[in-house]
Amino acid sequence: MPEKVIDRQAAGTGKEAAPQGAAPARRRLRDKFGRGALPYLLLLPALLAELLIHLVPMVTGIVMAFKQLTQFFIRDWSSAPWSGFDNFEVALEFNAPVGKALLHSFWVTCMFTVLSVGLSWLIGVTASIFTQDAFRGRGLLRAAFMLPYALPVFAAVITWSFMFQRDTGLINHVLHDQLHLTDDKPFWLIGDNSFWALLTVSVWKSWPFAFLTLTAGLQNIPRELYEAAALDGAGVWQQIRRITLPSLRPVNLVLVLVLFLWTFNDFNTPFVLFGKSAPQAADLISIHIYQSSFITWNFGQGSAMSVLLLLFLLLVTAVYLFATNRRREEAE
Amino acid sequence: MINPPASFRWLRRVVLLVLAVFTLTPVAVMLSSSLKPLQDVQGPWRWMPSHLTLRPYVDIWKTVPLAKYFTNSLIVAGSATGLSVLIALLAGYAVSRYRFRGKKVFTITVLSTQMFPGILFLLPLFLIFVNIGNSTGIALYGSRGGLILTYLTFSLPFSIWMLAGYLDSIPRDLDEAAAVDGCGPIRTLVQIIVPAALPGIIAVAVYAFMTAWGEVLFASVMTNDQTRTLAVGLQGYATQTDVYWNQVMAASLVVSLPVVAGFLLLQRYLVAGLTAGAVK
Repeated sequence: MPEKVIDRQAAGTGKEAAPQGAAPARRRLRDKFGRGALPYLLLLPALLAELLIHLVPMVTGIVMAFKQLTQFFIRDWSSAPWSGFDNFEVALEFNAPVGKALLHSFWVTCMFTVLSVGLSWLIGVTASIFTQDAFRGRGLLRAAFMLPYALPVFAAVITWSFMFQRDTGLINHVLHDQLHLTDDKPFWLIGDNSFWALLTVSVWKSWPFAFLTLTAGLQNIPRELYEAAALDGAGVWQQIRRITLPSLRPVNLVLVLVLFLWTFNDFNTPFVLFGKSAPQAADLISIHIYQSSFITWNFGQGSAMSVLLLLFLLLVTAVYLFATNRRREEAE
Repeated sequence: MINPPASFRWLRRVVLLVLAVFTLTPVAVMLSSSLKPLQDVQGPWRWMPSHLTLRPYVDIWKTVPLAKYFTNSLIVAGSATGLSVLIALLAGYAVSRYRFRGKKVFTITVLSTQMFPGILFLLPLFLIFVNIGNSTGIALYGSRGGLILTYLTFSLPFSIWMLAGYLDSIPRDLDEAAAVDGCGPIRTLVQIIVPAALPGIIAVAVYAFMTAWGEVLFASVMTNDQTRTLAVGLQGYATQTDVYWNQVMAASLVVSLPVVAGFLLLQRYLVAGLTAGAVK
């Protein structure tokens, strides 16, 4: 049976201490519900929302992956025939077009994620260390650095897509007209270059979050540590290597995982940058599944791919948590 | 750092300058292009307008029904934020102040939903909304209500986590004092906890509003002409045969203003809330 917190110090909310004469009927009612049901009542709205929007759709999605759910069954999806593991087999048949495209998209997403998370972390940690000491204009600079995080994704990415336009964009103007680095104006939003365009936008958008988190983390390092190190003759780089970076480890553990999950699942950036059809070189997995579902209206197939994606993310997260926990235990 | 040498200070200056340029270039592009006449954005890129014009800021409201999208976004993001904060506050209060069976399962389940790809929910949710509409007549698909419900749930997990962390940092002596005065749990929450937790509540509200304002994937599938939000509507300038880039930039700036202003005003609450949640 659920219990009210008694052992957690001073968590009492009134029953024991309520004045004797005060509205006995109401108190009895409160006792009856308050003791057991109150926390559940408080959780109920959150629980209902989570059930309707997250959990039921997820279970439904897993069920759908085992159905032959094509456009003919959209109106009444439960009448779609079961298809066993067919959808998964098609998705994992890497010699056939569907599976081959999925595998390609998976590799592109892996490359993209590793580069984007790595660069975002690197820039975030550099900027947070460089803004650790107070200087004139630091507050303004920090606010400027956080702008990409504050701007709505669609507004920011549409601006980037303007900058990447072949004939009217800023990027080609600088690279070709001003710096003469390229023989001809390259395309950035179609073809192989689109990967680098996407990566640039993604890093621009993600690093401020790393900066924000790491700046918060740096504030927990006592200044005495640096002073002691400086007395012992440690230079700036040694202070960073021996004090700053090790102290940031707990923040890094969470930060890298969160950045990984966000980047791997990113849909908004490629969707706004390229429109509904992402080029091959920048075909991220979310947009790939979206396209193969809504263009062919084969929701069963799309669900199977989503389930595979979920399994992969679960596996990576589990391994990551396991590995980092073990390293922490060994360190202690 | 203690006693940084001159080389370090120079490196610091250069790196911060490069980063500032990288960060602010798109903002400069937005601002400059939004003040350009149309021919300026149809030719090669130029940094400054050939002559300053405010025409784009007038035209954006006519080229696409931007006012309607704006209203829709305000209604959807505003309602989702209000509801999400309320629901997260109740849940966070329960998690922070009560011990009950299933607490751990609840927090882990709710947090782990953060990890799941949006695309996995999108297809089933689309079908569930369509089917609810067909069988009960409650139109969730294509309606603002459906979108509000979806967005409030998106920000819930993180909001609950952040608020529970924040409430943990509020001394329980306050609850106790309220109890001595004869306050029940709900009155304690409203009269004692809410004022004390206001910074945390503001942080959660900023986060929830930004989440709802910027979401693209569900907005593009779950809305129709009448309920379209800015996230989808802004692409209206770009899908026509002529792209009015000056108007796109003006519109981007206009739709960014509410969130950026709110964020810059309230960012210290967000940072404080993030830290409180993360410390836990």
